[in-house]
Amino acid sequence: MGQENKISNNNREFLLSALKSGTRVDGRGIYDYRTLRIEFGETSGTVYTYLGNTKVLVKISSQVVRPYVDRPTEGIVQFNTEIATLASPVFDAGKPTQMEVNISRTIEKVFHRNRVVDTESLCILANRKVWNIRVDVHFLDYDGNMLDAACIGIVAALKTFKRPDVTVDGEEAIIHSILDKPPVPLSINYAPICVTFGFFEDGEYMILDPGSLEEQVQTASLTMALNNQSEVCTINKAGGIPLSLDQVLRCIKIATAKIEEIHSIINEAVASQKK
Amino acid sequence: MAQVKSHKIVLPGEQVSDLFENNQNEESNNSEVICLGPGLLQTGDQIQAINSGVLRHIPKTNKYWVQGNKRKYTPATGEPVIGVITAKHAEGYRVDIGSAHQATLPLLAFEGATKRNKPNLSIGALIYAKVSIANKDMDPEIECYNSDTGKSEGFGELKNGFTIRASLGFCHRLLTSDTPILSIIGQYLPFEVAIGLNGHIWVNAGEESHKKTVMIGNAIENAEHLNHNECQAMVKELMNRA
Repeated sequence: MGQENKISNNNREFLLSALKSGTRVDGRGIYDYRTLRIEFGETSGTVYTYLGNTKVLVKISSQVVRPYVDRPTEGIVQFNTEIATLASPVFDAGKPTQMEVNISRTIEKVFHRNRVVDTESLCILANRKVWNIRVDVHFLDYDGNMLDAACIGIVAALKTFKRPDVTVDGEEAIIHSILDKPPVPLSINYAPICVTFGFFEDGEYMILDPGSLEEQVQTASLTMALNNQSEVCTINKAGGIPLSLDQVLRCIKIATAKIEEIHSIINEAVASQKK
Repeated sequence: MAQVKSHKIVLPGEQVSDLFENNQNEESNNSEVICLGPGLLQTGDQIQAINSGVLRHIPKTNKYWVQGNKRKYTPATGEPVIGVITAKHAEGYRVDIGSAHQATLPLLAFEGATKRNKPNLSIGALIYAKVSIANKDMDPEIECYNSDTGKSEGFGELKNGFTIRASLGFCHRLLTSDTPILSIIGQYLPFEVAIGLNGHIWVNAGEESHKKTVMIGNAIENAEHLNHNECQAMVKELMNRA
């Protein structure tokens, strides 16, 4: 069943007319982000992100593999995104929804193409052994804007994940157990954070961090990823109505302000984890 | 409301017949007939709990049911629900009430509806209805009137307003007199509310007051785990902020 017919006309009309008077259905301001909370699991690289009622689990694991033939000195970073049916009845088992495809594509774009993780540092022995870092993203509860929650979770997980240390002796590589030698963190170039905007009707009305109802009513959404220096790394707009340049510039301005808040929450959480 | 006795906590699969007998001795009238409500299942001579929760009992009518809390709705006869119309057929509407299968709403199950004079509801319309048939082998059926009197009794299409979601246990509690949140909000603001036992609550505080509707919705959502005094403080603070 499509998602469209699950919302009543009442809720759709209420949302739109409330938005015109500057009110959002959960009482937030138009450019308010929901409460963000980051929790760490027992093993390194396990992070639960809560964005309002949206809940995302990120888990990083590592493994030694043979490198790709065309990139003999680079490690491999893989992203796996999966929306479990338990997140919301909106998601059917089996066929991935458009939203799911969009989320995994954007995560790939933001983290992989921007070379967030320094893959050369993951090389153990050229042509023979490299680290394979696997990032699993599980969406546990859906209340809109899972992409931002996932990005925040991935950044927090990458910052706290530690892989076993390795010493290379000639042609031999020894992987030390965590008990023998302290594990080493990943080398990260920078941390991009996604901020998502929703647009309504012909783009006149714009909100930050859409909730699940807003996400289903909106006519377009725009996601931009900014790094710690507030440089735009990625802009993703999949379908919907066209937006003017002014609007995109305004989004960047708002995003720049929000990124600082989000970064400080992440850094605080990461610092408390390291203690 | 009749006197409700609360009993021990039961878990799915537990035999509860033993708990019944003690009470039958107390109440001699009606002891032969036992009425089983949601959460209980009869298999042969045995009665099993199929939900976790507190076993409740009204001695006067000898009704038993399990009061628990969950978020997934299973229809039960007589319960008021809020649903969204998803399709229209020759005989009736299909309505999404949040259960595993969509419910059927016959075209004639409205006040004053005849073969010539039928209601015209569009797809996506919100309706308040009562479950008339709930059977594990059939799709549930709902109706927008009391079939005994032929009157609508408040059921029908809900216009304007906004629906929020809440847990099923909380929706049950909102319908009893010992949950004060609705009357507390009523002291500050006039509003309309319809509570569906399928976890949907419809709120309307007038067409031009979106802020109030949102505020009332938030207040109800927040009140699930608050007692009387906390509710009063929470509503007061919300009203002051507005």
